Amino acid sequence: MGSTSSTLLKIPNVEVLMQETGFSPAHIIRLHDRFKALDKKGRGHLCPQDFGAIKELAMNPIGDRIIGAFFSPGKETVDFHTFVKILAHFRPVDKNRPKEPNSPEPINSRSNKLRFAFQLYDQDKDGKISRDELLKVLRAMLGMQVTEEQLESIADRTIQEADLDRDDAISFEEFRKVSPEILHSRCFIKAPVIMLMERDC
Amino acid sequence: MGPFMSPFNNLLCMLLGISFTVWFTLLLVFIIVPAIFGLSFGIRRLYMKTLLKVFEWATVRMERGAKEKKHLLYKPYSLNSIIAKEPTSLEEELKEIRRNCSSRELDGSASTTTSPSPSSSEFEMSDTFYFCRRGIESIVDDEVTKCFTAEELESWNLLTRSNNNFNHISTRLTVLWGLGVVIRYGFLLPLRMKNFLSEKVHLMCYRICVRALTAIITYHHSENKPKNGGICVANHTSPIDVIILASDGCYAMVGQIHGGLMGLIQRSMVKACPHIWFERSEVKDRHLVAKRLSNHVKDKSKLPILIFPEGTCINNTSVMMFKKGSFEIGSTVYPVAIKYDPRFGEAFWNSSKFGMVNYLLRMMSSWAIVCSVWYLPPMSRQEGEDAMQFANRVKAAIARQGGLVDLLWDGGLKRGKVKDTFKEEQQKLYSKILVGTQEVRSRS
Repeated sequence: MGSTSSTLLKIPNVEVLMQETGFSPAHIIRLHDRFKALDKKGRGHLCPQDFGAIKELAMNPIGDRIIGAFFSPGKETVDFHTFVKILAHFRPVDKNRPKEPNSPEPINSRSNKLRFAFQLYDQDKDGKISRDELLKVLRAMLGMQVTEEQLESIADRTIQEADLDRDDAISFEEFRKVSPEILHSRCFIKAPVIMLMERDC
Repeated sequence: MGPFMSPFNNLLCMLLGISFTVWFTLLLVFIIVPAIFGLSFGIRRLYMKTLLKVFEWATVRMERGAKEKKHLLYKPYSLNSIIAKEPTSLEEELKEIRRNCSSRELDGSASTTTSPSPSSSEFEMSDTFYFCRRGIESIVDDEVTKCFTAEELESWNLLTRSNNNFNHISTRLTVLWGLGVVIRYGFLLPLRMKNFLSEKVHLMCYRICVRALTAIITYHHSENKPKNGGICVANHTSPIDVIILASDGCYAMVGQIHGGLMGLIQRSMVKACPHIWFERSEVKDRHLVAKRLSNHVKDKSKLPILIFPEGTCINNTSVMMFKKGSFEIGSTVYPVAIKYDPRFGEAFWNSSKFGMVNYLLRMMSSWAIVCSVWYLPPMSRQEGEDAMQFANRVKAAIARQGGLVDLLWDGGLKRGKVKDTFKEEQQKLYSKILVGTQEVRSRS
């Protein structure tokens, strides 16, 4: 494995990456090892097949949508920086972070987390979840276990409840309103027990 | 400058030469010492205890050092990680999400006539969060890939290969580490090289190999040792498993032909005893394999067959699915559980990462190989039990005895793909939560 500081040096622009994402050096190394493990052919970037090789992800009903979230439209590969930036969405919200008015919103803010989830639904990226897109997600999550009528009635009810401006689609604002308040405690990846030596325990 | 350099160079060469000669003479003299190591079991145990104490001290020192410098200590998965994996079920998680969701809605948003009560289990848009989280978690870390990477240790055992933390915590530690390097590469390694290369790999030699690796093996329940005409199955972590088992009894091996050094060893072994080697492609033809195995087993004078049904090296924290081929043959099965103590040296061989020679080198320069072998009472297939169920029963027994996790994942996943049935399982689980209440609604 080699010494850790040499691994950090091998990653280009690692300082910028740490600052943007808020990951610690130890995390970056961990993610780098993971990236290398997934990149079986050692090309320095990942393609959708590399993600597909993760068994638990292949088992996930919305697995291919999650994989799709890593690849920007038109791109076939994802490099380490993009990989880390996307995973940064799932860091718990920094409660102690000072609120500077001019600094950009951190990647793991509640709003950005919601936007990530929103994009899982909104595949054509028009800013709204249409009834059709909702149906597709429902079909992925339920498969052959329910009938088509049941799927449609679930979709109808959901849109009825969430769609406030009556345009038969759910916009990002409407999505926010129906989403849980405490995202970081349950719905996203936790990191409670990391030995944060910086903080006073 | 010229005339000054050459006498100096000569002096240097002479000094080096002398020191090397002295070193090797000492080494030769000390070859007598391993003989004593071999005979006296007590010294090896003492060696082990001393090493453990040293490792503990090293870890404590590192933690203290890290605290002083306010570094983040990189600790292995079990304690803490980027993801905290709590085994919450799908239902629990969804309930929790919805409770948070509905409490917000009740706080006076412009909701419709039926505001969902906390106990209702109907589809919410936020249900995707659960699947999303699970998906991302598996991208960052997944169970199956973890099986195929070396286990990460809690304390550092002074081998650089297992140290992921920032170096130089304290001078004392570095000195200790330096000393460790000197001892391992200058002392233990040449000793073992000499011992290993000079002997042929033979039944007798296994015992010597065991000594050479400073292997401290504890055999439990030797009364259950496999007998002729039976099949011995064990969990697989490294090629050393073979040496360990074979030094305590004679077996006929079954396995895949490897290229390179391993293949050479295999071929020489065949000349000594009747072993059964396969090409990996031949292995696919299960009938051929089964026929050869059953022919061997029927002959009661032949040695018991040693099989590793997982099919590949696992990292010794869990037991993967057993291939049912060996369990279809119908003779008595003698299960054996092998568990290595990872504190002294990582025995797991990641064949996709390291070649054989690299692996051997690492093995021989570790502190020691410490493992326990349990011979479990023989099992045979019961009435009405098919091969797969029998295999699972044996696997559970081995996992229980060795303190390993019993996984139902297939070892073939190291190289292959996952089946669709698993995805359907997830879908079924989720739909049960939803569809149940749908029926209630349609009635009312």
